[in-house]
Amino acid sequence: MVYSPAAEKYNGEIGEVVLGTDGVKVGGQKVLPFQGFEGEAGNHPIIAIEVLDVEPEGWPEALVEAIGQDVLGDPVAWAKKAQDEWGADAVCLSLVGTDPNAADRSPDEAAETAKAVSDAISMPLIVYGSGNVEKDAEVFQRVGEVLQGANAVIGPVKEDNYKTIAAAAMGFGHVVAGETPIDVNMAKQLNILMTNLGLPADKILVDPSTGALGYGLDYTFSVMERDRLSALLQGDKVLQMPIINNMAKEAWKSKEAKVSAEEEPAWGDAAERGILWEVLTGVALLMGGADVLIIRHPKAADVLHTTIGLLAG
Amino acid sequence: MALTGLDIYKKLPKTNCGDCGLPTCLAFGMKLAAGQAELSACPHVSEEAAAELTEASAPPIRLVTIGAGDSALKVGGELVMYRHEKTYYNPCGIGLVIEDAMADGEVDERIAQTKAASFERIGQTLKADVVAVRSASGDGAKFAALVGKVNDALGLPMVLMAENADVMKAGLEACKGANPLMHGVTGDNCDAMTALAKEHSCPVCVSCADGIVAAADITAKVEAAGIKDIVIEPAWDSPANTLKELIQGRRAALREKFRALGFPFIAFPCKQTDDTYVETALAGAYIVKYAGIVILGSLEAAKALPLVVLRQNVYTDPQQPMQVEEGIYPINSPDADSPVLVTTNFSLTYFTVSGEIEASRVPTWLIVMDAEGLSVLTAWAAGKFVPDRIAKFVNRSGIADKVGHRKLVIPGYVAQISGELDEELPDWEITVGVREAGDIPPYLKQMTA
Repeated sequence: MVYSPAAEKYNGEIGEVVLGTDGVKVGGQKVLPFQGFEGEAGNHPIIAIEVLDVEPEGWPEALVEAIGQDVLGDPVAWAKKAQDEWGADAVCLSLVGTDPNAADRSPDEAAETAKAVSDAISMPLIVYGSGNVEKDAEVFQRVGEVLQGANAVIGPVKEDNYKTIAAAAMGFGHVVAGETPIDVNMAKQLNILMTNLGLPADKILVDPSTGALGYGLDYTFSVMERDRLSALLQGDKVLQMPIINNMAKEAWKSKEAKVSAEEEPAWGDAAERGILWEVLTGVALLMGGADVLIIRHPKAADVLHTTIGLLAG
Repeated sequence: MALTGLDIYKKLPKTNCGDCGLPTCLAFGMKLAAGQAELSACPHVSEEAAAELTEASAPPIRLVTIGAGDSALKVGGELVMYRHEKTYYNPCGIGLVIEDAMADGEVDERIAQTKAASFERIGQTLKADVVAVRSASGDGAKFAALVGKVNDALGLPMVLMAENADVMKAGLEACKGANPLMHGVTGDNCDAMTALAKEHSCPVCVSCADGIVAAADITAKVEAAGIKDIVIEPAWDSPANTLKELIQGRRAALREKFRALGFPFIAFPCKQTDDTYVETALAGAYIVKYAGIVILGSLEAAKALPLVVLRQNVYTDPQQPMQVEEGIYPINSPDADSPVLVTTNFSLTYFTVSGEIEASRVPTWLIVMDAEGLSVLTAWAAGKFVPDRIAKFVNRSGIADKVGHRKLVIPGYVAQISGELDEELPDWEITVGVREAGDIPPYLKQMTA
């Protein structure tokens, strides 16, 4: 019996989305993730390094050391380091400091930080809010405005605040990351709502909500596979947007990524374990169809870049 | 070509005798077509029909057992391309390779790594469950000595790696009854290896540099020689080709019922990079996409833990939520004055809530109730996380002996039950907590301030 490989029957493709002003594109796949052997594999997934607007607390020692204590309280220096030294493809500014339950920084303060980071880098900028729907709506009206012309990604846009944030994105020319809670139909619904508002499909990224390795990764992975099968095999147009995974905060919240070797001697070297927890979360998401991974550790960025190259061939 | 349930039914006795355990011959035919039953379950099928049906009734990917006794590893037997379609059944083997050219110290180190790569998580033991032993020296006596040593030290299923049949023979004789996987059946050594496999009744691994197209020819030959338990190594010249063949192989077996590729696959990221991080990442990709066994160069705990947890995630049944055990979970060393929070035993709920409590650094008692693995809202809607049940749980949990106060915090999502729960638990003061786990740290800090 002679074996001849049968290709999948595709009936759709992922749209291309341009990020920033330097020609970076994501999406464009006409095949399932890493299946370029049977068709157009589109753009390689990209790695965005997360920087915070306020100095992080409680991060594991090895992560702080790898990033550099000197830049942790300085998002501009942090972002430049990600661009110039770590080979990131994009920077994600996380405005965790705007959370009303945390530092409760004002929209104006957030906008100032976002503008400073944007001016300091040439690569695409992603800006994530705190996730508080009311506050994010206020924050992104200001942040959207000061970043006009940067073609940034802003999010997470949720069903409860999409009108305000998507309007800001349309008004100031940005891309949105629409977040829904690990559910194919809710992702479709939000995309329909946003396109009905007039936001073009090539200005939308899908954020499926991300569970880290060991903490719900299985759910995220399967929802992403179902998103991709719907988009590519069934030709469902409202799911044909690239996927963004805001995974850094989840991966580094995991006990396994955080605890020291003294606390858990059987779990091995803490520095290596943290990096691999982030890397393997990322690898599974890549296999599920991620186009943008938001991560923290410079070494993880390096490993993921190499791995993407090796698996894409 | 695959037969449908109806095609199979036509060849069955059509007596609906029920001896197979199913009510009708049609139902049995359907099960056979889906690869969920064995033809041998029907005692009445004619020999002629049996011969015709063997092909169609065999599972699309053979379940292969490697090793013996309690530690035996079963791989293959998968029925779906995507885990959400049903589930993946047989978690892939994960292990490292030990070579006979290594110094004794290095051999001992790898044996120790394998032993140490064992972790408890959500009531399961996750561990390295296979070990590869490779002849690098080409010396049969050296190989045999190492095989014997590894077998004695670990007692795990082994992959014996030697392309020379004489060397392989020496290895096999050093571990009689261990049922190792014989790795390295190629176009050149096929006859000699097949003879050895028959003599020792061991599973074999077909391995062709040219990949699965060539491997399919060899598996057909090996099978014709009477060896049923086969594993296939896809192309290893590049990770992209390995991944391609893992995907194509699974698809050929399941979609096209292409028998010559209907076997579990083994991948060796250890052959593809010297960088331990990249090796781990590649192993991760192969675990997600269809490898039945993954062999690495080393398995330090920091590397083994994320890999075995990834395997657990991938092989969890999507329809059976992972559960943690009901009980009292002390977090951050609580005492008699610490707050008591109640939630359900869905593993994700538990991990999220306990993670946030840990992050808050506020000493807290988390009491986790058996709600059949459902999340808070789902369990409430299903009548599993409701006042009378919660009250019974609080009383049987023994939390009253741990704390001096009688204050219970319930999840914000079930605020509506607080009144009724108050009545069910007259000694306790019920407080409605936050809805989202992420809001727990500020809530706890405020509460205990």
